[in-house]
Amino acid sequence: MSQTNFSPWDDPNGKPLIRFDNVTKKFGEFVAIDGLTLDIYEREFFALLGPSGCGKTTMMRMLAGFENPTSGTMELAGKNIAGVPPNKRAVNMMFQSYALFPHLTVWDNIAFGLKRGGVPKQQIGTRVEEMLKLTRLTKFARRKPHQISGGQRQRVALARSLAKAPKLLLLDEPLGALDKKLRQDTQFELMDIQESTGTTFVIVTHDQEEAMTVASRVAVMDEGRIIQVATPDRIYEAPNSVYVADFIGDVNIIEGTVKPAGEDLYHIDWNPNQAPLLAASERPFSDGQTAHLAIRPEKITISTEQPVDAKNTAKGTVLDIAYLGNLSTYYVQLEGGQIVKAQTANTRRLSRRSITWEDQVWISWSATAGVLLDQ
Amino acid sequence: MNIRRFVLIAVPYAWLLALFFIPFFIVLKISLSDLALAIPPYSPTVKDGILNMLSAFDFENFTFLASDDLYWKAYLSSLKIALISTVLALLVGYPMAYGMARAPDEWRPTLMMLVILPFWTSFLIRVYAWVGILSNEGLLNQLLLWVGWIDAPLAIMNTTTAVYIGIVYTYLPFMILPIYAALDRLDESLIEAAEDLGCSRTTAFWLVTVPLSRNGIIAGCFLVFIPALGEFVIPSLLGGSGTLMIGKVLFEEFFNNRDWPVASAVAVVLLLILIVPITLFQRNQQRQAEADT
Ligand SMILES: Nc1ncnc2c1ncn2[C@@H]1O[C@H](COP(=O)(O)OP(=O)(O)OP(=O)(O)O)[C@@H](O)[C@H]1O
Ligand SMILES: [Mg+2]
Repeated sequence: MSQTNFSPWDDPNGKPLIRFDNVTKKFGEFVAIDGLTLDIYEREFFALLGPSGCGKTTMMRMLAGFENPTSGTMELAGKNIAGVPPNKRAVNMMFQSYALFPHLTVWDNIAFGLKRGGVPKQQIGTRVEEMLKLTRLTKFARRKPHQISGGQRQRVALARSLAKAPKLLLLDEPLGALDKKLRQDTQFELMDIQESTGTTFVIVTHDQEEAMTVASRVAVMDEGRIIQVATPDRIYEAPNSVYVADFIGDVNIIEGTVKPAGEDLYHIDWNPNQAPLLAASERPFSDGQTAHLAIRPEKITISTEQPVDAKNTAKGTVLDIAYLGNLSTYYVQLEGGQIVKAQTANTRRLSRRSITWEDQVWISWSATAGVLLDQ
Repeated sequence: MNIRRFVLIAVPYAWLLALFFIPFFIVLKISLSDLALAIPPYSPTVKDGILNMLSAFDFENFTFLASDDLYWKAYLSSLKIALISTVLALLVGYPMAYGMARAPDEWRPTLMMLVILPFWTSFLIRVYAWVGILSNEGLLNQLLLWVGWIDAPLAIMNTTTAVYIGIVYTYLPFMILPIYAALDRLDESLIEAAEDLGCSRTTAFWLVTVPLSRNGIIAGCFLVFIPALGEFVIPSLLGGSGTLMIGKVLFEEFFNNRDWPVASAVAVVLLLILIVPITLFQRNQQRQAEADT
C-alpha cells in the first residue's frame, strides 16, 4: 500500500478534487445514476466496483465530459464543470472499448494527445518512447491497432491516456484483458505512476483483488447508487450491508433474530436446534430485530474435535472441498441444513490433509469474527 | 473439389469475357478498319477472310484523332468537367452522408430511401426535368424573378454550369452511399477519444472522421468521375452546343457521320484513359476489404 496515513477523506477541512453533489443521470426514463453524492480527493486511487450496468461507465463519462448530469452539480478542483467540453478538462479517460484510432500507428496513437497540447516535437518523442517502454510496446510502435493482440491494444489505450500526465485519469477496466502476471506488474506500475506524478486515478474494475491492491478507497455501486465508500480493509472487514459483504469476497450470511447480551454483544437465534450465536457489534440492534451475521470463510476454523473455548461452534459434515492451491474451502453442511464455507491455508501437502469428504467436523469462530448487519 | 473451384473461378471470367472483352475486341477491330459505303459501314470484315482482314488493319483512325484538335480538346474538356463535377459532388455529398450517419436510428432508412428514390424514375426524364427547371422560362428563373433577386432570366441552360448541375444531381447518390457506409461504421467513441485528448470538434473531424471515411470518399469520387467522363445524355440535353464532351463527339461520329471506325477509335482511347482511374478504384476497394478483415 501507499502511504499509511494518507486519508484526506477523514479531514473535515479537506478540499476534494472531485465533488459529486446529488448527481442524477437519466437516459430517457431510465435512471442510470441516482442521486450520487461523493467526494474524491487529490492523489487518491479511487476504485469503482459494481455489477455490470450499475452506472460505472456513465459516472466516468460524466467526469470526462461526454455526458451531462440531468440534475445535481459536479465540481472539479472547486469549479463547477457542467458544460465544460471534454477537451477543456484536465481529465483523460481510458475507454472500456479502448477507442484506438485505427488509421494511426501505436506510436501516433500515443502521441495524439501530446501533439494537440503544443508540446515541442522532440519532447513528444521522448514521452512516447517512455510510455512505450512502460507498457512494453516498444517493438510494436510502428504497427496499426489491428495488427496487435487484444492485451497489447489495452496497453496502447493505457499508454495513450497516461501520456498527457493529466490531473485526473479515468480508467475504465484498464487491465481486464491482461494475463495475471502482466496485470500485477501493471498494477504496481500504475501505483508507481500515481505516486510519482500525484495524478488522481479513478478506476473501474471487475476484479476485487485489483481494487483491494491498488485503491486508496473503494466504492461499491448498485443500480446507480453508491452503497458504501471506504478503504479496502474497511470494505472487506466492515461492510455496511449484506450487499457489500456479498459483493466483495466470499461470505457466509446467517439470518436470525437478535437478543442483546451485554455491552455491544448480541445473541442471534438462527436455528431452533442450535445454540444462539454470539456476535459483537458497535451498531445497535433492538431486541427481536432481524439481522444478518456476515462471516468471512477464512475467519471460521474447522476442526475434527469440538473446540473448547470458542464462542460459536456448530457441528456438521463436509459436503465438498474446493482446492485453490494455496487455500482450501470446505463446504460444511450444518445440522439445520445450512451450508457454511470455511477456509484454511494449505500449509501442508494435499496428501497429509486430515479432513476429507463426509467427515464429521466442528466449525467455530469468535464473537468478533463476523459483522452484524441489519440489511 | 478442383472442378468446383474451377467453376467458381470460371463463372466470373466467362462473364467478363462475354460482356467486356468480346465487345471490346469488336470495337477495337472496327477502330482499326476503314470507312466504307457498305453495311456494316466499314471494311474489311471477316467476310474478306481472316488474313486479308488482318493485313488491312492500320492505325489511321488513331493518327487522325491525334491530328484533329477537336478530339483531344474534347478529351481534355471531358476530364475537366468530370473532375470539377466530382469535387462538387463531394462537397455536396459529404455533408449529406455525414448528416445521414448522425441522424437518429429511426430516421436512417427514410433518409436512405430518399437518396435512392430518384433511381425509380427514368434517368432521361429526370434530366429533361432539369431542362424545365433551368431554361430561361424555367422554374428557377421564374422563382428568382418573382422574388426579385434578378431582373432578367439567368442563362444557365446550354452552358457548362447546367452540365455540372446535371452531373452532380445524377451521380450524387454514388457519392453519398459509399461515404455514408464509411461514416456509419465509424465508432462514435473514437471522436470522444479525440476530444478527450484535446481536440475540438472541428479538429476531431479533420483528424479522425475524415481519415476514417477516406476509403468511402475515394470510392465515391471514382464512382462519379468514371461515368461522368464518358457522359453523353447530360451534355447533349443540358449543355447545348457550347459544351464539348467526348461522349457527345462519340455519338455524333457514330450516328450523324456514320463513321464507325473513328467513333470506335474514340471509344478505345476513352477506355484506355478510364483504365487508370478504374485500376486505382479497384485497388482502393481491395485495400478497404483488407482493412475490414
Ligand atoms: N446512452 C445510453 N442510453 C441509454 N441507456 C444507457 C446509455 N448509456 C448507458 N445506459 C444504461 O445505463 C446503465 C449504466 O450503464 P454503464 O455503461 O454506466 O454500466 P457499467 O456499470 O459501466 O457496466 P459494465 O460493468 O458492464 O461496463 C446501463 O443499464 C445502460 O444500459
Ligand atoms: Mg462500463
